Amino acid sequence: MTTITNEQLTIFELSSPGRVGFRFPESDVPAAALDPALERAELPLPELSELDVVRHFTHLSQLNHAIDLGFYPLGSCTMKYNPKICEQTARYPGFAQLHPEQPIETIQGALLLIYDLQETLQQISGFTASSLTPAAGAQGEFCGVKMIAAYHADRNDMRRKVMLIPDSAHGTNPATSVMCGFTVKPVLTDARGNIDLETLAALCNDELAGIMITNPNTLGLFDENIEKVLEMVHQAGGLVYGDGANMNALLGVVKPAELGFDVMHFNLHKTFATPHGGGGPGSGPVLCNETLAPFLPGPVAAILEPATEELPPLYGWHTPEKTIGRVGSFAGHFGMLVRAYTYILLQGSDGLRQVAEHACLNANYLMHALKDAYPLPYDRTCMHEFVVDVKWKDAPEVRALDVAKRLIDYKFHPPTNYFPLIVHEALMIEPTETESKQTLDAFIEAMLAIAKEAREDPEVLHTAPHNAPFGRFDEVKAAKDLKLTA
Amino acid sequence: MFIPHSPSEREAMLAAVGVKKIEDLFEAVPEARRFPKLDIHSGLSEMETSAQLKEMAGANFSLEDASSFLGAGAYRHYIPAAIDNLISRGEFYTAYTPYQPEIAQGTLQAIFEYQSLIARLTGMDVSNASHYSGATACAEAGILAYHHYRGKRKKILVSAGLNLRYQDVMRTYLEEFDGTHIETPATETLAEINPGRLAGLVDDDTALVMVQYPDFFGQVYDFTALAEAVHSKGALFCVSVNPIALGLLKTPGEMGADIVVGEGQPLGIPISLGGPYLGLFATRKELVRKMAGRIAGETVDSRGQRGYVLTLTAREQHIRRDKATSNICTNQGLTALTAAIYLSLLGKEGLRSVARLCYDRAHYAAEKIAAIPGFKVLNSGSFFHEFVVSCPNPVADLNEHLLYHNILGGYDLSKDFASLASLENAMLVAVTEMNSKEDIDEFCHMLAGGDHDHHHE
Repeated sequence: MTTITNEQLTIFELSSPGRVGFRFPESDVPAAALDPALERAELPLPELSELDVVRHFTHLSQLNHAIDLGFYPLGSCTMKYNPKICEQTARYPGFAQLHPEQPIETIQGALLLIYDLQETLQQISGFTASSLTPAAGAQGEFCGVKMIAAYHADRNDMRRKVMLIPDSAHGTNPATSVMCGFTVKPVLTDARGNIDLETLAALCNDELAGIMITNPNTLGLFDENIEKVLEMVHQAGGLVYGDGANMNALLGVVKPAELGFDVMHFNLHKTFATPHGGGGPGSGPVLCNETLAPFLPGPVAAILEPATEELPPLYGWHTPEKTIGRVGSFAGHFGMLVRAYTYILLQGSDGLRQVAEHACLNANYLMHALKDAYPLPYDRTCMHEFVVDVKWKDAPEVRALDVAKRLIDYKFHPPTNYFPLIVHEALMIEPTETESKQTLDAFIEAMLAIAKEAREDPEVLHTAPHNAPFGRFDEVKAAKDLKLTA
Repeated sequence: MFIPHSPSEREAMLAAVGVKKIEDLFEAVPEARRFPKLDIHSGLSEMETSAQLKEMAGANFSLEDASSFLGAGAYRHYIPAAIDNLISRGEFYTAYTPYQPEIAQGTLQAIFEYQSLIARLTGMDVSNASHYSGATACAEAGILAYHHYRGKRKKILVSAGLNLRYQDVMRTYLEEFDGTHIETPATETLAEINPGRLAGLVDDDTALVMVQYPDFFGQVYDFTALAEAVHSKGALFCVSVNPIALGLLKTPGEMGADIVVGEGQPLGIPISLGGPYLGLFATRKELVRKMAGRIAGETVDSRGQRGYVLTLTAREQHIRRDKATSNICTNQGLTALTAAIYLSLLGKEGLRSVARLCYDRAHYAAEKIAAIPGFKVLNSGSFFHEFVVSCPNPVADLNEHLLYHNILGGYDLSKDFASLASLENAMLVAVTEMNSKEDIDEFCHMLAGGDHDHHHE
């Protein structure tokens, strides 16, 4: 028998005919005629009061874990604190109430912000050109790979159809390559967690279009041969795409362009603290070197008329000459750009480097405290995150999922699990720089307690969580009985 | 500020890790490249930061201080106060994709309700949890059609009434992808952009026919006959909608659409210079397994409680990798939540009345403008809240005059439609509930040349 608490009733179950939640002004113009054949007969939306709606969504919010409530060490997602001031600045009417088609003379402040953010991200990464239009990481990645395709096509080098992807890569990488018309070939990882140079060498030929590299990789390790890898790919005529998902480890530590990357995307919602919003909106700017600059998606902010003695420069929009095209109606997620810009103003150059340093310190601190209890597939200094393998000889039936679900009982969000795919029982832990030693110590204590429980009372892990408002869900039923609407 | 480590805590942690100083953690980074100089400013305090941003925001002309008739894909609507209050709850906006359903039921149930609301609004069976924007939702419709016919049908037929920006994005994603091509019929007048003409161009190689409702020029057509013609050739039919118009107009579902996409921005989302917005995507249940993006489904937990999980994940990039339906990873979580709250709050009554206000005021404005000597409304059939005005002077000049009087005039169609002789000096005018009768009268007064003296100043 399915049970439903009052807090969980849907807006449709709460609806009461005739109730009104929002009233518009009376019309001040005559009613216009409308062809009855074009008018809809029924509008089956709920009928609720404002208080009904406010209570309903407030109740729902209370069923979520969130950064504002507690530790969220979700590897590869960089769940750091989202400063409140960034929410405030993005809501200034001079930003939030701008129409994207307004004349450029009326949005000079916004264009300056976009231009300055482009320049700042270039300075941080070492690249010389950028476009802030991609809506999210996956779209920034699509742009970067599409630019590589456009580059080879522009040179009439049509044999180059192979995109190399290390087996530790993000799941989006293969899907993106296929969308851009490439054939994907995997590159293996060596015993130290680096790209295997031997497999790579065998794939460096005149069919090679490029390689997609996440560095630090999804094991949280900085590739010790990175410059060698990039040199091999370049010598074969390929280009190198960098997945910027893990940029939080590199701020002020190294500029990817100086290592030889040709194009890269950033995730403003990871590295630059814009909120994850329950799954978006994100923002995925793409940056590149001079070679690829003509292919960037447009529009980008540019100086149309340089400053004079009396006047500041005139900022406007520019479409790169060989652009891969538009990836959205307008110029990207401006609201997220304002938040990221605000964050960078607060941090400054020293602050950004401290972010990377403390993100890595926190990760290494956790790794050292946990590595005796949780085996490390690759035991060396990590960057901003690390992966453990939940494989215990004396508790063989306990899986990564069990540890993850048991952590919920200790009030922590579980780490990313079963990723990267090359570690079978992976838990990927990314603490971020904004967590204190006290929080990390409490997490260590919980992890060690769970490792003990795994031996003494594994059942408590298999059936976890116990102290959450919900137990484990029947995912098979959800896919089989498919109920997607109320 | 955001790094909590005291010096002694940092020392203790470094000692635990077994390094002397924090820089020692970066030995894997090539030494010559390590710790480059970042040539940017030093960090500012919150007070300095907010002051600087206030100044930058102040350099913009905000719609708050204007009367605006600009639409063309982004619309100014009233946003009820309750919305920002609810989406500002940290429990919503500082959470991530609901990977752990036991502690993410708030987000999951909100997505489920969003899906239900969008399905009802569009007259379709199911909706996904959203795409990035109306434009990328159009591209995803094309990708769905490509996969539906396993790449065997190569043509995507697009109405000239589909927002040019959406057409551009479809091209970026689809043109030349495995031989796919996008065809838009050559058009010289607005009247030529009608469903009858499109029906004649559907053939056996067509995978998808794509129209907009109301179209870019505000025109509204019943697509029932076109949908039949598309289906008779075995192709899929997709309609891009303005969700506010569906408060009043017949649904694409009733007309036989297979896919409904749209820009969800009008549903309570700030206009914010073009983003972040919301990509609506709804379809028939037969196509649900081919739809890209996150989907929440109902199920029960181990204690028998009703709840929701992300489902049909086998379609997605992290499982299917190079065989995935799309590379999309997330949805537009917070803006989808915004739309769900907006539709719940307005409900049956509110959405109908805002749609009716837009419709009535737009028709009042059109009639009034048509009466100004030299101005002509070019829409001949039904339109919703946008229409095309042929002006006696270049639109850029008119808009400059209007701006001087704090009015943002309509979209200058000569920018993008230079090839359409009939659209020379044509302005696309948008009217919503934010434009009162008084604003419209003032707009008309200025168009007629009122207060035309500032050029002499």
